[in-house]
Amino acid sequence: MNRALWLWGILFALWLLLSGHFETLFIVFGLVTCTVAVWVSVRMGVVDRESMPVHLLGRAVAYVPWLVWEVFKSNVRVARIILSPRMRLDPSIVHFRASQATDLGRFIYANSITLTPGTVTTGVTGDDMEVHAIVQSEIDGSEENDMNRRVAVLEGKDPK
Amino acid sequence: MEMAVTALTWVLLMAGAFFLLTGALGMVRLPDVFTRMHAAGMTDTMGAGLILAGLLVHTLAGGGDLAAVPVRLLLILGFLWFTSPIATHATAKAALSGGVRPFTLAGEGSGAREPAPGEAFSAGQSGEREGGATS
Repeated sequence: MNRALWLWGILFALWLLLSGHFETLFIVFGLVTCTVAVWVSVRMGVVDRESMPVHLLGRAVAYVPWLVWEVFKSNVRVARIILSPRMRLDPSIVHFRASQATDLGRFIYANSITLTPGTVTTGVTGDDMEVHAIVQSEIDGSEENDMNRRVAVLEGKDPK
Repeated sequence: MEMAVTALTWVLLMAGAFFLLTGALGMVRLPDVFTRMHAAGMTDTMGAGLILAGLLVHTLAGGGDLAAVPVRLLLILGFLWFTSPIATHATAKAALSGGVRPFTLAGEGSGAREPAPGEAFSAGQSGEREGGATS
């Protein structure tokens, strides 16, 4: 129920921001539309922990800036590789163990790995992450362990 | 003040353009589809991100309706950062299950597609051009 309210609030905020109209008629249209959309979503059973992960919202405030900084650092690293006259590539497929408890946590971890250039998640089987890395020697696991730990914290699990 | 805002906008836009250009260069220089995906990831994350950040600074400093442009820019950035890793992952997975062997220094995969059993395979596709890029 709480999640349905969150969904309604987000939808209505989007309605107001994207339309830019604040006349009574349009606001009433928005109220009705959002209510119907939320009612249909609840009936379909698609409003759950995975589609509306509002329980992560507070901790995501700490995770997202860290992730953006990581993305920036690895962008610079890949740019240096591409711009160097002799590209020092050593591409290979490596495996990491994900310590997240939920599918949502693993999804966030896999997407975070892919979002940082230089590493792309090619497959997830259980807690095994199959990752293609552009330079294997730079992937010693320390940065990925850090990311793994932070995503585990994000999903609310005590890090080991 | 206005000078500083303009300068910051320019720095962000040029930095974004630099990452877009480097990503495009990577698409040409890198040997196979998997390594090229890393270059494509650069244009998606920093290229688009820095250019949107530059536009954000510009529109915020220009005043006007907050809802009109800045919120939309942030939404674009959010959707881009959420969807691009999924698209990248889908490409990688499709390439792997389609039989593309990743290029490696050891040379067991040339980055070319393996012929399926019984499939005619012309010499022109055999990945000599791609495999030789860094050797």
